[in-house]
Amino acid sequence: MAKDEYREFRLVGTRPDRPDGLDKVTGRARYGADMTAPGMLWGAVVRSPHAHARIVKIDTSKAEALEGVKAVVTRADLPTGLTGEDWDLQENTLAGERALYDGHAVAAVAATSALIAQEAARLVEVDYEVLPHVTDVDAAMAPDAPVIREGAADPTVPEGMHPNVVKYFAFDHGDVEAGFAQADLVMERTYKTEATHQGYIEPHACLGQLGSDGKGEMWVCTQGQWFIRRMCAAVVGIEAAQLRVTPSEIGGGFGGKTTIFMEPLSLALSRKAGGRPVKIVMSRSEVLRATGPTASASMDVKIGMKKDGTITAGKATFRMQGGAFPGAPVDMALYCAFAPYKMPAVECEGFDVLANRPKCAAYRAPGSPMGAFAVESLLDEMCRKLGIDPMDMRMKNAVREGDRAAYGPKFGSIGLVEVLEATRAHPNLSIPLGLNQGRGIASGYWFNHGGETSVSMAISEDGTAQVSVGTPDIGGSRASIALMTAETLGIPYEDVRVNVVETGALGVNEPTHGSRATFASGKAAVEAAQHAIKEMCRRAAAEWGIEPEAVEWVDGAAQPAGPNAGKFPPMTIAEIAGKMGSTGGPISGHHESVPGGVGESFGCHVVDVEVDPETGGVKILRYLVVQDAGRAIHPSYVEGQYQGGAAQGIGWALNEGYIYGEDGRLQNPVFLDYRVPVASDLPMIDTVIVEVPNPGHPYGVRGVGETGITPPLPAIANAIQAATGARLTELPMNPPRVLAAIKAAKAG
Amino acid sequence: MRYHTPQTFEDAARIAAAAQGVTRFLAGGTDVLVQMRAGMVQPDDLIDLKHIPGTQDIARTEDGGWRIGIAVPGIALGGHEALCADWPGVVEGMELVGSTQIQGRATLAGNLCNGSPAADSVPGLITAGAVVEITGPAGTRTLPVEDVPQGPGRTALKPGELVSAIILPPRGDYGGDCYLRFIPRTEMDIAVVGCAVNLRLKGGVIAEARVALGAVAPTVMLVPEAAAAIVGTALDAAAEEALAQAATAAAKPISDKRGTAEFRREVAGVLAKRAARIAFARAKGDTA
Ligand SMILES: Cc1cc2nc3c(=O)[nH]c(=O)nc-3n(C[C@H](O)[C@H](O)[C@H](O)COP(=O)(O)OP(=O)(O)OC[C@H]3O[C@@H](n4cnc5c(N)ncnc54)[C@H](O)[C@@H]3O)c2cc1C
Repeated sequence: MAKDEYREFRLVGTRPDRPDGLDKVTGRARYGADMTAPGMLWGAVVRSPHAHARIVKIDTSKAEALEGVKAVVTRADLPTGLTGEDWDLQENTLAGERALYDGHAVAAVAATSALIAQEAARLVEVDYEVLPHVTDVDAAMAPDAPVIREGAADPTVPEGMHPNVVKYFAFDHGDVEAGFAQADLVMERTYKTEATHQGYIEPHACLGQLGSDGKGEMWVCTQGQWFIRRMCAAVVGIEAAQLRVTPSEIGGGFGGKTTIFMEPLSLALSRKAGGRPVKIVMSRSEVLRATGPTASASMDVKIGMKKDGTITAGKATFRMQGGAFPGAPVDMALYCAFAPYKMPAVECEGFDVLANRPKCAAYRAPGSPMGAFAVESLLDEMCRKLGIDPMDMRMKNAVREGDRAAYGPKFGSIGLVEVLEATRAHPNLSIPLGLNQGRGIASGYWFNHGGETSVSMAISEDGTAQVSVGTPDIGGSRASIALMTAETLGIPYEDVRVNVVETGALGVNEPTHGSRATFASGKAAVEAAQHAIKEMCRRAAAEWGIEPEAVEWVDGAAQPAGPNAGKFPPMTIAEIAGKMGSTGGPISGHHESVPGGVGESFGCHVVDVEVDPETGGVKILRYLVVQDAGRAIHPSYVEGQYQGGAAQGIGWALNEGYIYGEDGRLQNPVFLDYRVPVASDLPMIDTVIVEVPNPGHPYGVRGVGETGITPPLPAIANAIQAATGARLTELPMNPPRVLAAIKAAKAG
Repeated sequence: MRYHTPQTFEDAARIAAAAQGVTRFLAGGTDVLVQMRAGMVQPDDLIDLKHIPGTQDIARTEDGGWRIGIAVPGIALGGHEALCADWPGVVEGMELVGSTQIQGRATLAGNLCNGSPAADSVPGLITAGAVVEITGPAGTRTLPVEDVPQGPGRTALKPGELVSAIILPPRGDYGGDCYLRFIPRTEMDIAVVGCAVNLRLKGGVIAEARVALGAVAPTVMLVPEAAAAIVGTALDAAAEEALAQAATAAAKPISDKRGTAEFRREVAGVLAKRAARIAFARAKGDTA
């Protein structure tokens, strides 16, 4: 329930149609694959069928000889000498000496049609020497595991670890052993989560062009055009400012489109084909085999609790593999794992491990769902053992403003207690359950993010306003930014058009990630609007011949600030705009910053499941998301984020997961067998928007996009135990696993 | 690729018999077109059967059974009241295929001839005692449905042969059938296990029964031991248990990405029990 019933603001908190809605429902919106250009070629990518193999030789002669083929590129066509993350990106774009996972790109072709390009890709002959591989995180750390890359470890890794461990990470505070000694119950368990894919509906697609003069352009489906620009420029060896990147409409990203995959290949192919534009569109199986899954995790957790539910100490050791490159979000997972609780003592350590899988990418609250699965599952079991109501336990240990977070900093204004109160008050909690049904509860957390932000806005001649933002609109941010801008300017929502613009139009923007678009671009848009208001007040003052300070802005017009300022009728934005050419020129505002004042968001989910005791099938009967939004600028899109996060979390919990064969090949690179929930799997997901305004944002916004995927994993595990008595500690909790767990629980 | 639209089955068989390379018939295309798109099959000759008169019809046979055209889509079967009243288990198997969009195209003949061990309509056809009419270069013959599948992607059809109709026997009195499948989701999945039961009652006791399992062997299989476990009973708890055990014992599944062998064996028994209950209720005339 957003607070539709009362109105603090004229527009903020209302639910107008989204500006991109009509284009999307009529099919007019242009996505990544919808762009064509004169003289365009089609690209196709040759991918390794092996999990780990030395590339002995690549023979491109047959492909090149095929009529219609205009370019073939291999790693030899990319510059050398890259280091660090740039090298990782280049190595992932096209394998060098070795293919590191099933689906790793080894060559690419461009031809006059998509069919010829696919045919040419089949004609590229690659000699592989197959090497031993490893795909499981624990196996990848074992002494006998094949080494994926010698010397990849950074200095944090303790002596004596397997070379596949590339990063070590630890923090602690308080005396953990003393905490365990004070506890009435200490429990310890190991949990495993499988890698999942973001599963966006739109496969990666781009149209890239690069001339021999080093100037290029790209149309691409991305969450961040500047990231694409910087990464592509590094991988193909051009200067960043020479590449102009325009983002298309985007059919979902969830973090997976904050990096590059085949985009640099379109540029490298174009350069080799005399500058003809090259379009590359991935198939779903390419998306699943070679783009950003999240990490898989293996986690040990130990917690101490008193009889009254007070948590005395927590200890966590997390191991994660994020593919054949560093970057598994083990640090984030540990930071978030205990975040909803006052922790007198914690000890956390994490290992980032290489394995023969695709390079992981961000996925909605990276790391947090895994950490929550481990900690929230164990807490629930402990409540069960001690006979404590899990809501009481959560309330008793809840962090509040001024408390020290388990991971260090002091919390500012946060809304966890309000979220828990709203959860407890919700009618879903008192619905009686039947046979084989169970209720599970879990909390979740995400930091949210500010990030580099640049926004510009301009008043048009008729008094309407345009806002240029650099954050692609994935979840309704254009509507929210238009609402905030219109609110600030005092004009109708319909009078503001928000455009997501190309890299040439603004300073550097980070992508739409970290739940930051409405927070950061919104905050910058408000600042920019205030800038313009000041200028419009100055213009009115000049005309009236009074001091600018004596003019105030009310309801979209300049007016004298009080009786002493003079007696003039209000001068509307349209009047001021109509004559701006003769009063000093264009009126605009812009704002660049890395905004502070980020507001964290806590959530609590309650799920009711019914488990078929004979098949292990789990049905979601009811699902409730309660989360702090700070303030819901457009409540429908906040609810959409809550429901979307829950839906993805339900998929992760029950049936999604990467399945690798003995040969290290991905067994399920199609949606038939990579099982995201279908509409009929889910009930209507209930939402409650809690609003504890973030003082760091002019309208109180916290990010809302990510927290929602965090609680479903443990909430469902907790509900399954409530329904069956069986505790599952490994994801996905698919029917064979659930049935086996039920039988094991029965057998005692 | 050559695309053909013959007007008779005989012409279709002639074209197929004369074809040299990879040949596919096109009914609804929900298997063929998907396989072509994925690069799994690239036919040299694609023979569309939908232009042949009568392939869209569902007709009563003289003996009171049904003759179903090879291009009748799932949605038309589901909309045919008399057929649904006679053979609900056959129709519900076909109706489980895909989504609303797929239902508008997908056919029984395509489901059978695609040769998947998990094909949802095949167990129901087998327990119903359906036969297919086959037209080929040498004329027409009939074959029981259970003899059509020969392994994943393989059928008993000889080069140039095609299915020209599907024939269901008369339902008769006190009969009931049912098909159930297990999938991890609620839609858009391939059966991990499927089970059909068809039975006839005499004086409240099961006089005849057929039980078929899908997705637990290289072909859909008829399980006479499972049927024997319930014949002569009123489907009491002991009979159900014996049925479940026989189904579990007969299942010869593999472990793969869709389920473990152990799980499939167990669920085969569970589904057999549940399908038998529904078929039994239908035979008694309960509208279940
Ligand atoms: C999204 C989706 C979901 C699906 N879900 C299911 C499901 O839940 N359960 C399931 O069982 N299947 C499913 N399928 C597979 C498919 O829809 C079914 O197998 C369907 O019944 C095939 O019928 P069709 O008419 O489309 O066959 P087509 O694709 O036209 O043909 C299939 C095969 O049969 C051959 N063939 C067709 N007609 C004849 C004939 N008269 N004589 C000889 N050979 C012939 C063709 O040569 C081809 O090899 C799904 C497919 C899709 C795309």
